[in-house]
Amino acid sequence: MTALPTNSTARDITRLGRPKSVSARVLRERIIVGTLAVAASFSILVTTTIIVVLARETWGFFQFDEVSLGEFFGSTEWNPLLGAEKHFGIWPLISGTLLVTAIAASFALPIGLISAVYLSEYASPKVRATLKPSLEILAGVPTVVYGFFALTVITPLLQKISPAFGNYNAMSAGLATGIMILPIVCSMSEDALRAVPRSLRDGAFALGGTRFDVSVKVVVPAALSGIVAAFLLAISRAVGETMIVALAAGGIAQITANPSAEVQTMTAYMVQIFLGDAPAFGVEYKSSYAVASMLFVMTFVLTMIGQYILRRFREEYD
Amino acid sequence: MSAPRSAASRLLANRVFLVTCLVATNVAMLVLAVLLISIFWQGWDTLSWKFITSFASRKPTDAGIMAPLMGSVWVCSICGLVALPLGVGTAVFLEEFAKKTRFTRVVQTNIMNLAGVPSIVYGILGLTAFARMFGAFGTNVEEAITLGNEDSLLFLRLPFGSSVLAGGLTLMLVILPVVIISTQEALRAVPGSLRAGAFALGATRWQTVWGITLPAAIPGIMTGAILSMSRAIGESAPLLVLGGLLLVFNTPENLMSDFAILPLQIYNWAGRPQDAFHEIAASAIIVQLAVLLLFNGIAVFIRQKLQKPLQ
Repeated sequence: MTALPTNSTARDITRLGRPKSVSARVLRERIIVGTLAVAASFSILVTTTIIVVLARETWGFFQFDEVSLGEFFGSTEWNPLLGAEKHFGIWPLISGTLLVTAIAASFALPIGLISAVYLSEYASPKVRATLKPSLEILAGVPTVVYGFFALTVITPLLQKISPAFGNYNAMSAGLATGIMILPIVCSMSEDALRAVPRSLRDGAFALGGTRFDVSVKVVVPAALSGIVAAFLLAISRAVGETMIVALAAGGIAQITANPSAEVQTMTAYMVQIFLGDAPAFGVEYKSSYAVASMLFVMTFVLTMIGQYILRRFREEYD
Repeated sequence: MSAPRSAASRLLANRVFLVTCLVATNVAMLVLAVLLISIFWQGWDTLSWKFITSFASRKPTDAGIMAPLMGSVWVCSICGLVALPLGVGTAVFLEEFAKKTRFTRVVQTNIMNLAGVPSIVYGILGLTAFARMFGAFGTNVEEAITLGNEDSLLFLRLPFGSSVLAGGLTLMLVILPVVIISTQEALRAVPGSLRAGAFALGATRWQTVWGITLPAAIPGIMTGAILSMSRAIGESAPLLVLGGLLLVFNTPENLMSDFAILPLQIYNWAGRPQDAFHEIAASAIIVQLAVLLLFNGIAVFIRQKLQKPLQ
């Protein structure tokens, strides 16, 4: 190697040291690839361990005499900590989770999508440059802060509107969760919209479309798979959200669609148990693992559907 | 576009939609403003240097956040030290070395799924795998195997119990998928011509990665790493499962110390009925948000100053 390095790439290569024998290089290469492959396998190990731990503990839960699979999916009562007779029917917890998620979604999905359309199709670069960082800040706010916000700002506001709202209610927790998932919806939808090639917009403008026609009838349909994937991810975040509901939604497990009612979600129940309201290794304690399994399955299915939609319905251009 | 409509009505629709857009976007900004103002309103008066340097107390006027603040620093440092090498290694393997086999496709899908797992589920995993080690060393703290002197920095105990080390490793599980995905994106943004140039000069795959691809991707990797660390600082549900709400009166001394973290301290105070506790919760939130803004600021700085266009 006598040639003088002429650009940074060549300089970088020569900096790597004197030439080694081919076999030494091949050996080193193998060792490095092996190490990296082990690192990559770690994620598989994590998933397997989650599934094994949840399955084993859930199995242990169903071994207790008080519980049966039929009651778990058939009963509409969940009162492991109160009352003489314990009931383990998962539906009240699922109902609470779905109510909070539905409120969050009906707030965040429309606003998030419309903001994304605005950012990607209407806003000037200058407006974008101020709005994007604000959204990133919103995305980085810890969820416990949203819980505090729900408790000290949203709930008092709701109580001013209607006295039906108690100190804990599904509406307040749902709105706070909606604020939490709003940045996810907005930034992921915006990425999908911006990935639509310019030529589609140009074509629609050439046909005489207004900016509204172009955005809503051409760009949004073209990016639909990405938008739906964003929606599903945001919903699965809302389902798994813990600190907001633990602070603001309350602790009564009941089946209701009333947003002013106090509800308990699956995650809030788990918090209650792990904060030490039940002796470890009892049936109540083990029930939290069964709830965790349900939660894991629900979010897993949502993620899988999202990935399937992204793969199957992606519109390929160019 | 079915029946042709008049130009006037289409322009009207455009106008109406633009207004809707502005309203929707402003709702998001308004929420952020109300959030910040309400927290500063509640917490500014009780925020003081004494508040930051004091330990926990039953009386809200004497309480401080020294222990949770240092606990957060310890836990997040451990989390970062483990998650970053592991995550970057995984991403490098998937992007630069692995052929598109069945194995890599499974790993890739699996990482996407892990990113969607609720953080509280990771708490259960951490509790079982790190705090109790599957019961392999007994379930009693007195039965635990100890290595080294209890006062020294290198003290170790098996199982880990709800210690700083177990907390850091649990948080590592939560942010690992985020680190992997952001590193992969940074590596994908490095143009293939740079790699081709290195290969043409006879570099091996690893030499190319170490000498060319990684340096080019460093700004992107750093940004992703900082944003995932800011996620780790705010994460509280998994550590609540791991250790509950501990009242801790000293800062961690070694990897086996008990710990409190800032978001859980906020949760603890926010959950109480008295207004005095809500005020100090708001003060703690201001500290938390300040740390967060610092991290985001560094990320934005790196993105804008160091990221040179490579095309």
